[in-house]
Amino acid sequence: MALDMKTEPLVRVQNLKMHFPIYGGLLQRKVGDVKAVDGISFDIYEGETLGLVGESGCGKSTVGRAVLRLYDITDGAIRIDGDDIATADAGKLRSMRPLMQMIFQDPQASLNPRMTVADIIAEPLREHVKMSKIEREDRVLELMDQVGLNKEFANRYPHEFSGGQRQRIGIARALALNPKFIVCDEPIAALDVSIQAQVVNLLEELQDRLGLTYLFISHDLSMVRHIADRVAVMYLGQIAELAPRAELYEAPLHPYTQALLSAVPEPDPNIEEQVERIILTGDVPSPSNPPQGCNFCTRCPQVMEICKTVEPQFQEVQPGRFVACHLHQIAENAASEAHKSIQQGEIT
Amino acid sequence: MPRGDLSDQSADLSALQPVLDVQNLKTVFKTRSGEVHAVNSVSFDVKPGELLGVVGESGSGKSVTMMSLIGLLPSPPADVKDGRVIFDGVDLLKADAKTLRSVRGGKIGFVFQDPMTSLNPVFTVGFQIAEPLRKHMGLGKRAARARSVELLELVGIPDAARRLSDYPHQFSGGMRQRVMIAIALACDPKVLIADEPTTALDVTIQAQILELIKDLRQKLGMAIIWITHDLGVIAGIADRVVVMYGGQIVEQAPVKELFGNPQHPYTRALLETIPSVRGPREDKLNVIEGQPPIMGAAPTACPFRARCSFRHDRCDRENPVRRTVGPGHDAACFHEFSHGA
Repeated sequence: MALDMKTEPLVRVQNLKMHFPIYGGLLQRKVGDVKAVDGISFDIYEGETLGLVGESGCGKSTVGRAVLRLYDITDGAIRIDGDDIATADAGKLRSMRPLMQMIFQDPQASLNPRMTVADIIAEPLREHVKMSKIEREDRVLELMDQVGLNKEFANRYPHEFSGGQRQRIGIARALALNPKFIVCDEPIAALDVSIQAQVVNLLEELQDRLGLTYLFISHDLSMVRHIADRVAVMYLGQIAELAPRAELYEAPLHPYTQALLSAVPEPDPNIEEQVERIILTGDVPSPSNPPQGCNFCTRCPQVMEICKTVEPQFQEVQPGRFVACHLHQIAENAASEAHKSIQQGEIT
Repeated sequence: MPRGDLSDQSADLSALQPVLDVQNLKTVFKTRSGEVHAVNSVSFDVKPGELLGVVGESGSGKSVTMMSLIGLLPSPPADVKDGRVIFDGVDLLKADAKTLRSVRGGKIGFVFQDPMTSLNPVFTVGFQIAEPLRKHMGLGKRAARARSVELLELVGIPDAARRLSDYPHQFSGGMRQRVMIAIALACDPKVLIADEPTTALDVTIQAQILELIKDLRQKLGMAIIWITHDLGVIAGIADRVVVMYGGQIVEQAPVKELFGNPQHPYTRALLETIPSVRGPREDKLNVIEGQPPIMGAAPTACPFRARCSFRHDRCDRENPVRRTVGPGHDAACFHEFSHGA
């Protein structure tokens, strides 16, 4: 998809931080923070899908929730469709809810087992829109049709549906209020391979038809390559690299992105024989005690001295390609200083 | 380098006697809402040193098959109706409790999907590794401890001697799975059954575990049955693959043959639906419409017919039997695909 970068982004996140306090000791005093999200910035343009990938615990789901203000964020600015959401009060937030919706990972847990499908899909309508009962019923059936659910099943309960169909119910509910922006938090992770493709195709069709903008959070790098226009790779609460899809998958810049992509198994034994894997050693450090300097320095195969002391800046190193790595930092000389200050101005 | 050895090994595998031979296994669950025929006439074998991949979606019967053959399913509700499971010259389905107990965790090792729930949180890792050593091999306390350290080192856990006194929660997910593998390997198993051992892990950790398994195969040479839904993982480690659908094996072939020349419509469709991070990117994902069946009765027709694009009249009347379609390659389908297509 050709993106006009000059247009104002639909979603603009700047220096978002989400720290969760840790309480401990005899008096249950605050003894530290889990820095789940620690200063990340990105834009999402209208009609675009931004893929957010990373391993478990990297903070990607927290980003999705924080962007919709399901948490009170620690710091940073979030603008959606021109409105500041980071500081909005409850009333204002409520009036903005129809604009932005969420699709959850586990359709079993996110649907009330005691409500019928029709009730589940109608709930946002009942909360936010004044319409007659008949209008509402019509809208529910229209939505069920849109996501490929059999309208005759409107009065059934969630447990009577398969995982893929339950996810369709969740999607219909998210679409009920004609949102512009949807956060999809691992929407296919709980589904079988043959069902995943059905749901992904549905999300793409709906995007084309309704002009939706997605933040697509997933650990499945091959599915993100399929659905996303641009991809952000998170590691330990920060974005390591953000780039258009083709560039990111063909020539990743950050050593973490390189290792992550090389680790994905290939469903072809002939390619598998030749793949050169970068095997990372060790595990992800704790987000309550991230390493000094670059947060990837403890596992990075290309680690340098500077990485252990100085935190790399998240910079635009090529047009549209952002990376936080000392290997790609723009040199600190006079010529690039000016360029850098422009970049800094843009993202801080 | 190691790959070369493996393919040489797989070349003469067919001549070897199988270490585990499963014939016509049937498992039925009797529930309040009726019967579920989870495993329907499953037959396969594993040769010494071979890595057999078992692929299928949830509910296809892959885990139940493995649990049936080692008597791990509670009865009721499970009823292992039929079939033979020959291991070490003994039919495990007819074996008494004592024999089974000595086989489980002894000559047949298990690694489960979720290392957190399969390790006991209130015992140290050292105790849990030593347990099979003392029970099955009759080692004394000191010998068991020495062997435990050896095992932890074998699976790549740093500072092994000290970590024996740690509890499972003190290990990360990947390290816990290494502990599980160490326990499974404790008694020098002839067969290691690994049920989705990397599914709960992140990709970079999965890559570490897959490397470890390749390395252990070189060192120890046991046969491995690797159950997964991830065709990518299978492509990288298996010698031979069986594909399960609706409680039965629908296709069986050497790994390259299966991926290069799939002969069952389900295998073909599955391979077309999965996107890749390498190579060309598809604009639209291929889809298998519909959903997998729940086998409420013994199958009298092809379980895949409702989702199949090559459906004949015959598929409604008869459940196809696996027939040979190539060297070491069979498929349960009436349709004949041209080779290499």
